[in-house]
Amino acid sequence: MSAGSVEDIRKHVRVYVMVFVALAVLTAITVAVAEFHFLTVPQAVAIALFVAVIKGSLVACYFMHLISERGMVLWVLLLCAFFFITLLLIPVLTTQESVGV
Amino acid sequence: MEPHPITGMYNGKFGIWLFLASEVMLFGALFSTYVLLRVGAEPGTWPRGDSILNVPLATFNTIVLITSSVTMVMSWASVKMHDFAKGRLYLTLTFLLAATFLVVKYFEYKAKLTHHQVELVQPVTLHGHDVLKITGHLGEQTDEFVMIAPDPPPEPDEHSSEPTRSSHGGHPEEMRIERSNITRVTDFGPRHSTFLAIYFTLTGLHGLHIVGGMVVILYFMITGASAWQTMPEKYTNRIECTGLYWHFVDLVWIFLFPVLYLL
Amino acid sequence: MSEHGHGPQGRHGHDHHGDEPGFWQKYVFSVDHKVIGIQYTITSLLFLFFGFCLMMIMRWQLAYPNSVVPVIGKYLGGAMASGGVLVGDGYNALGAMHGTIMVFLGIVPLGVGGFGNFVLPLQIGAPDMAFPRLNMASYWVYFLGGVVMLGSFFAPGGAAASGWTSYTPLAVTALSGQTWWLFGMVLLITSSLLGSVNFIVTTVQLRARGLSFFRLPFFVWAQFVTAFLLLLAFPPLEAAGVLQLMDRLAGTSFFMPSGLVVSGVPQTQYSGGGSPLLWQHLFWFLAHPEVYVLILPAMGIVAEVIANNTRKPLWGYKSLVYSVVFLGFMSFVVWAHHMFMTGMGTALSTFFQATTMIISVPSVIILTCLIISLYRASIRYTVPMLFALAFLPMFAIGGLTGLPLGLTASDIHLHDTYYVIGHFHYVVAPGTIFGLFAGIYYWFPKVTGRKMSDLLGKIHFWPSFIFINGIFFPMFFSGMAGVLRRQFDQTEQIHGAAAHGLTVMSSWSAWLLAVAQIPFIFNFFWSIWKGRKVTDNPWEATTLEWSAPSPPPHGNFATVPVVYCGPYEYSVPGQKTDFCPQHVALEA
Repeated sequence: MSAGSVEDIRKHVRVYVMVFVALAVLTAITVAVAEFHFLTVPQAVAIALFVAVIKGSLVACYFMHLISERGMVLWVLLLCAFFFITLLLIPVLTTQESVGV
Repeated sequence: MEPHPITGMYNGKFGIWLFLASEVMLFGALFSTYVLLRVGAEPGTWPRGDSILNVPLATFNTIVLITSSVTMVMSWASVKMHDFAKGRLYLTLTFLLAATFLVVKYFEYKAKLTHHQVELVQPVTLHGHDVLKITGHLGEQTDEFVMIAPDPPPEPDEHSSEPTRSSHGGHPEEMRIERSNITRVTDFGPRHSTFLAIYFTLTGLHGLHIVGGMVVILYFMITGASAWQTMPEKYTNRIECTGLYWHFVDLVWIFLFPVLYLL
Repeated sequence: MSEHGHGPQGRHGHDHHGDEPGFWQKYVFSVDHKVIGIQYTITSLLFLFFGFCLMMIMRWQLAYPNSVVPVIGKYLGGAMASGGVLVGDGYNALGAMHGTIMVFLGIVPLGVGGFGNFVLPLQIGAPDMAFPRLNMASYWVYFLGGVVMLGSFFAPGGAAASGWTSYTPLAVTALSGQTWWLFGMVLLITSSLLGSVNFIVTTVQLRARGLSFFRLPFFVWAQFVTAFLLLLAFPPLEAAGVLQLMDRLAGTSFFMPSGLVVSGVPQTQYSGGGSPLLWQHLFWFLAHPEVYVLILPAMGIVAEVIANNTRKPLWGYKSLVYSVVFLGFMSFVVWAHHMFMTGMGTALSTFFQATTMIISVPSVIILTCLIISLYRASIRYTVPMLFALAFLPMFAIGGLTGLPLGLTASDIHLHDTYYVIGHFHYVVAPGTIFGLFAGIYYWFPKVTGRKMSDLLGKIHFWPSFIFINGIFFPMFFSGMAGVLRRQFDQTEQIHGAAAHGLTVMSSWSAWLLAVAQIPFIFNFFWSIWKGRKVTDNPWEATTLEWSAPSPPPHGNFATVPVVYCGPYEYSVPGQKTDFCPQHVALEA
């Protein structure tokens, strides 16, 4: 469990508000960038995912308090992230005729 | 409940994190489906999200969900600071924001499911072009023919091709299409195309997760007072676990929104 | 008081430790891991028996094609047989349901739900699982899933008949009970997910004082890794099941390619654009880790039985642990070796070939450690030990015959032949099932306070061992001769007709194997009431479950155990007895 004292929680509340503002701003950026139709599809994908990863990390680290958690949970989640990326990428790679490794 | 030395967490929290790991794999499979279907689609057939879906509405929904995440964590912070009333207030706000999200979703889905596409055997002239597909709103349907009020043609500015906006006012009279000239009539639901199939599945499953979360939140709104009297620490922990689940639901949407709507 | 963790209902139930629960709460909706373990065991044994019966019908058709099935032929419904003779669709339905039932309703619930639930909390000195009500929920969702799965037999088109692998687009367009199969799978997967969270939290957080990770019995490690496999690998199949349900019910085209024509009818009601290979990827992403879920609990049981009956510690405990963890990790990155023939290009197939070869290393290490454990041991040939010893060469054959399948060049010839069936059955049937039998004979005294008859156990073992080899060994040769799997009459082809003698041998071995189970079934039920009563630790074992009463009461241990040493302190020099239980400090 995270720190128990009332003062610590109040500090957390300030953080929550700041994270909310950051998330709102990043959302606006995401939508605005999508309006720029001169981006190629790979560029658009890269930027969209990059911003999404930042937003997701903010939610995970601060709303879900992952930043103050112990190693074991982080390892489980990293393992999970590795398998997630495997599941995402490998099937698509099998459809390519050659893979530039 | 005491935190365990190895994980630093009490049982319920560790359990929820493990459950969330499995949920990552569940949504991961659906994202993988999205990638494979998009890569495998015939060039030019995969639509840009913003040409079919309503971006402003979804942006609004994104802000609603992020706000609900804040109210959820504030609920936990309040009970942690022993302020039960504030905690319940924030819980109620979370519930209401979630309901708002679902209401918006309802309108999004409805627009899609009441809009139709007729696919033809032989082309037909519409707006000066020969087309094999007509999109619009269905009128009378019999065994011999189908009446359809076609959408107006898209203006040079791409963004106003939104079906929800273009189908009202100023549409030409209904066209009559013989059944013998029709290969398929479909709504803009999941059966329409692989893009809409994965759109409905991803957002639908996400929506079901929102409903599940709302059920739990409602339960705590109702029973919270007595739980707070008898076991305040346990109650606080359960709010924390609910919060973890809720933030995860928000997290999924953070990825869903750009992938489906903006790319 | 155990923590009633957060679940979807989140009820803070009444504490029952004061009042005596009624019949329903004690035996049916119990939250006690031991009762739930027994429920899983009985249910899964019944499903295993049923799945075996389905196979026996199939074996008639294979040995005596197009002849009337004796005894039950006239009862087979219209979708399955015509005038008592199996038809092709009926054969396929039996095949698909045999595989599904054995894997998902039989072996996994027995190995994980049955043995894991009963033994794991006892072996770590815990009073119960971390989330007892979640545990009860997982059993009942499994039960419901099993009922739904069996429901497919009553669907208008007959039972699901598209293989246990349900490949698309056949599974989407099939007029059979495939929809029931899919709903059943969703329920079964949910049950597994709930269970796996429970197992992981329990193993990490509820261990007795002094029981560090490297003092855990190997059985616990095996269950721990298995739980991670279930947690992370099952969800993609749940997603895929939902997608296939949408294709079948909502007319989507996730798996339906463009331009599909079925029986001469173009499928224009679908939008097309889907990918049948997508299903295969999502399915095998689970199904490969699933096969490790099938074997790991059995390996765990065999390790316990071998340590106990050799009266010495297992050789290479650390190697065993590191191997099983590495095996679990690697199992996620080998899945496409089931898809070598789908045209994926040499770069990716080389990648999967490499990972498949690498994953054989930890399996070999585990087997080698278990075999070396026998060296210079005082082996007691108890009934559990007979099954555990038999496991070793059987698993070796299963594993070795997997190598030509993992190598792409030889897989070209062997894919989808009887060689594959021989390979995987060797690992699961004389492998896992023998391991599970060992476990039943071994832990029966802990569950009931009575021992099963040794004589009947040996009468069960020897014919089973002989006949199970008689079923599956000929399959390697059939397969190399080119006989294909899922084919209901191999005599239609010249090479099939030439190899038919092997098939007849397999069929007769199967029916005789069934006869050999009769002493076991009788022994199992008879011993519950009339078996010889024994003490709490009849096998003189060291692990914690043997320090609890037989059967253990609610809460398991009278005093919470404290652990002082490793799990296999047998024949420690200078000790008075040849074993030292974990909760007893070694004399200085």
